Amino acid sequence: MEFITDILLLSDSTLRISAPLILAALAGLCAERAGIVDIGLEGKMLAAAFGAASAAAVTGSPWIGLFAGILVSVMLALLHGYVSIHQRGNQIVSGMAINIMVAGLAPTLANAWFSLGGQTPLLDNGARFTAIDLPFAEALEDVPVVGALYSDLLSGHSLMTYLAFAMVPVIAWILYKTRFGLRLRAVGENPEAVDTAGISVTMLRYQAMVMAGVLCGMSGSALSTALGAGFIRDMSAGKGFLALAAMIFGRWKPVPTLLACLLFAFVDALQGRLQGVSFPLIGEIPVQFTIMLPYVITVVILAGFAGKMDAPRASGIPYEKDR
Amino acid sequence: MHVAPAIETRDLCKRFGDVKANDNVSLVVEQGSVHGIVGENGAGKSTLLKMLFGFYQPNSGDLIVNGEHISFSSPSEAMAAGIAMVHQHFMLVEPFTVLENIILGAEGQGLLKHAEIDAKAKLKGLEQQFGFDIPLDEPVSHLSVGQRQRVEILKALFRGAETLILDEPTAVLTPQECDQLFELVRLLKSRGKTILFVTHKLHEIMAVTDTVTVIRAGKVIVRTDTSSTSPEALAEAMVGSKISRAVTRADTSKGTPRISVQNVSAVSDHGHRALQNVSFDLFDGEVLGVAGVAGNGQTELLEILTGLRRVSEGSVSLTGNVINSANVYTDPIALRRAGVAHVAEDRLKSGVVASMSARENAILGYQRDADFSRNGLMRLAAIDQAANDYFESQDVRPRNPDLPIASFSGGNQQKLVIAREIARSPQTLIIGQPTRGVDIGAVTKIHDQITELRNAGKALLVVSADLDELMAISDRIAVLCDGKLVGIVPISEADERTIGLMMAGSPAATVDNVEQSQ
Amino acid sequence: MSGGPTKLPGILESVLIPFLNILVALFVSGLVVLALGEDPFFALGLLIEGAFGYQEAIGYTFYYATNFIFTGLAVSVAFHAGHFNIGGEGQAMLGGLGLTLAVFWLGDTAPVLSVIVAIFGAALFGAGWAFIPAWLQAYRGSHVVITTIMFNFIASALLAYLLVGPLQRPGGQMPESSDFPEGVGLMQFHELMEAVGINFEQSPLNLSFLIALIAAASVWFMLARTRFGYEMRVTGQNSDAARFAGVSVPRVTVIALMMSGALAGMMGLNELLGEQLRLIGNFTLGYGFVGIAVAFMGRNHPLGIVLAAILFGILYQGGAELAFEMPNITRDLIVVIQGLVILFAGGMPYLFRRPVAALYSRFALKGER
Repeated sequence: MEFITDILLLSDSTLRISAPLILAALAGLCAERAGIVDIGLEGKMLAAAFGAASAAAVTGSPWIGLFAGILVSVMLALLHGYVSIHQRGNQIVSGMAINIMVAGLAPTLANAWFSLGGQTPLLDNGARFTAIDLPFAEALEDVPVVGALYSDLLSGHSLMTYLAFAMVPVIAWILYKTRFGLRLRAVGENPEAVDTAGISVTMLRYQAMVMAGVLCGMSGSALSTALGAGFIRDMSAGKGFLALAAMIFGRWKPVPTLLACLLFAFVDALQGRLQGVSFPLIGEIPVQFTIMLPYVITVVILAGFAGKMDAPRASGIPYEKDR
Repeated sequence: MHVAPAIETRDLCKRFGDVKANDNVSLVVEQGSVHGIVGENGAGKSTLLKMLFGFYQPNSGDLIVNGEHISFSSPSEAMAAGIAMVHQHFMLVEPFTVLENIILGAEGQGLLKHAEIDAKAKLKGLEQQFGFDIPLDEPVSHLSVGQRQRVEILKALFRGAETLILDEPTAVLTPQECDQLFELVRLLKSRGKTILFVTHKLHEIMAVTDTVTVIRAGKVIVRTDTSSTSPEALAEAMVGSKISRAVTRADTSKGTPRISVQNVSAVSDHGHRALQNVSFDLFDGEVLGVAGVAGNGQTELLEILTGLRRVSEGSVSLTGNVINSANVYTDPIALRRAGVAHVAEDRLKSGVVASMSARENAILGYQRDADFSRNGLMRLAAIDQAANDYFESQDVRPRNPDLPIASFSGGNQQKLVIAREIARSPQTLIIGQPTRGVDIGAVTKIHDQITELRNAGKALLVVSADLDELMAISDRIAVLCDGKLVGIVPISEADERTIGLMMAGSPAATVDNVEQSQ
Repeated sequence: MSGGPTKLPGILESVLIPFLNILVALFVSGLVVLALGEDPFFALGLLIEGAFGYQEAIGYTFYYATNFIFTGLAVSVAFHAGHFNIGGEGQAMLGGLGLTLAVFWLGDTAPVLSVIVAIFGAALFGAGWAFIPAWLQAYRGSHVVITTIMFNFIASALLAYLLVGPLQRPGGQMPESSDFPEGVGLMQFHELMEAVGINFEQSPLNLSFLIALIAAASVWFMLARTRFGYEMRVTGQNSDAARFAGVSVPRVTVIALMMSGALAGMMGLNELLGEQLRLIGNFTLGYGFVGIAVAFMGRNHPLGIVLAAILFGILYQGGAELAFEMPNITRDLIVVIQGLVILFAGGMPYLFRRPVAALYSRFALKGER
């Protein structure tokens, strides 16, 4: 029985932890499908986390926080778009520049505004996205199996978690079922074909960057106003890069990417659970080693998936009209 | 009543910096006709086309479409005026289906499901009218080159094109596919479409056009009815003064094979079988031409001969010593030392490093020679000397080895590459696309050089997509199709029809007078 | 890749354009200072005073610059081979570990020898930490940017484990090792000056600066004069051409990234062997990332990197003073400037090239006619 409780708890935290990962991975997917490599997910996430926490702290509303987070993230996405599209710069360099800039700017501003040594004030529950109970959760609680799955596991997450899962079919629908999605996927494969079909490559790529910005903004907001209760220095802790790895593992497709995110989130949840647990024979695993786990798994997964076979063909390559 | 021409230009000019790419070009293309435009590479054909479909804007002059003065600021405006272009390099998204490619940019509906239903209905009509038979739900990557071209044409018709510009449409086709294309062009014409047929091959002009315009150095030289001209007259107009070949083929005697390829199979980068059981010999004092539609194993053949790819079965021997087999592998550097030089088929992709100076490119592949490096250190003075020598011997211009190689013209790049590869007097030369992207003046020189090397007793294997080129320089022509060697034809018995059938895979047995491949 | 058809004179290309890029990065940083409610010009004055105002400050400026020379060279060597090594942090941490192990192994018996072994230990461990991402990139195609980032996190956790576990100072509470044995360390600049009878204020500037300069010269020599350097640059610019030329691309990739790791690993010489004289957790303080900015600002040329490293030394030392004087400004501002420099000098190298080229062809070429 304890084992089942463990599994349930583990699954519960997996779902919770996965939300920002899923949103960020979808952001990376939108960008790369349009031909722009976005290694700046990490920075956008952190910036959005800061923006959302600050706005929520000042206004007391998580919604205004979410809006602010998205706004900040979209601005950075457009900056990355400008460098990648107009300046035809190196997209990896630009993404890293944004990551580093944000790592400095967020605590600088936090310190100037709140004087808390680079953090934002702790948000009370009114200013956060807190757990919501799904309909009938209470009624079904005592029903065997269904109760455990529905009331304990599925119900009681924050709005951002539900939103993250909802975005997967939404993005998949946009990409595969709409005219816009067709064009977006085309521009990541062969921008020249799109250009000669009379569609603006520039415009499409900016639109993709805005989508990536919005999703990343949601991801960062989830981090600071749903999972956490305020902004802490470097709180994204490599999640942007994990999201990118999940997208590669998911072969640039929404549903497999979701599964990859769940795997990463599960490992993260597991690492939390393993702390302080004593194992037969080996005893207690030092906390530093359990912390390594998600990063090690990422490397192993990347090692197992050779290269760029499924990557959109034009991703990372600036489009020059006249060659 | 006179119908206004489909396209008319008056004194169209386009300059790039100080270069006049188009100089007062005047053109008349009548409704419902097939109009040919001929000219050498670099004559200004593509600049003209790009202005006609809105990719470039002219500096001066008029463009008149269906009697109306017009100026296009983008390809979509040209499209709206009924002008569509079928590019030499197809503008298709390979992982997408045919249908998705056709509707891209002309979906009409926000939702793909509805757009595809509408499109299918419209395409059914077009297919019946023009006799297309293309699987709409197949990904484009599964189609043959000829089919892809048809997708491009269908794409244009779907968008309501009345005038189609075909840019070098036969460059990638087998002779038989060319015939099918000509059929289609005639059918399109009979249904009232206007065709602008751009090529540098004169027999195509004679075969398919009604009227023809010859362009040279950015200017219109001749405009005439096709029926009242001859290939000779067009050739003279196209080239200007007649360029004659300075070097003729001398008699050479066949000795022992220099390179012997025995039952070789090889696997491509994508993991499928690129060469299957290929066997042939390459002798001293001959040019063995290799023909085939692009992507039928030519690239892999070049690679297994130059140490860039291991064979999976069979063996390659150089003067009797195995250099490439399942258990023997010789790297490119060792092969160069053994006298096998390699002119890469795609110069900018692998033959040179575009951003590096011409000097540094002059030793690429030979950087480990004792002349150029010793004990791991580069010998800069010797490298400089070599680069200067190459510039001198091949007349590479401008004479500045400091410039990045990318800033030289294609012809000058290729001259430097050839100088580099023949500097060590190799006995064997493996050459891919000797004149791709090379201006006309340099083409003749390169062909002469190949013949001189042959006359001097070297063994040369030349892969080319240009059948005319192979006919001009080869002693024998080998044909690859689908990774198999269809056969080898001596030049005295080679003609376009035979080679064309072989390129399409017709077994050698049905072709007369062909040496059987083993 | 080309920035336009016009060829500009070297001085414009390698001095003016980078200078303009940095100027705009500093200008944007000035706006941030302004937004924080401080006077940017006053701040600039404080910064320069803090970096050069007195002997100790100068010592610190060059002390920081030493770190940046190592990490900048590390990024640039990888970049010449066509890869982006973001793992400087982790490689520096492991370099520090290698150095520490060498010191504890030999320090008591042979202090001088231990320092020499430590120098190699730092390089070796740094290179070793780069090996797995390098190998995965070369033979499995796993993106080195992501794997090196992961290796930074792993290195950080590993060091944290060792410094609260086996390597922790006996009885200590902090994540740090015991002090290095007596006599083990690199001579500091003021000691050196004292030996020749000149009085110089005490600062952590030490012999590592010299080692860093030697490393820069070696990197230059390797790139410009050796066959490996040539093959590496060919690989970085066009890996197909490298294969054509008989170069083993995976081998060059692994060696280049390991060289890069070795250079990053040597950063520990300055921090640990020059100043701290013990291993402390997270002693790298983001210097590995600064290397990216330094490399791009120095246009990936060793001389440029030394100059850019000194500029970042000024920013670090001056910035520390600034943070002390102005309560609204923290050292995080330096990180912002770093990001901006990478953005403008690395991400948009052609931002000013077009206008400069236009001006040049208007004035200079007109003069010629």
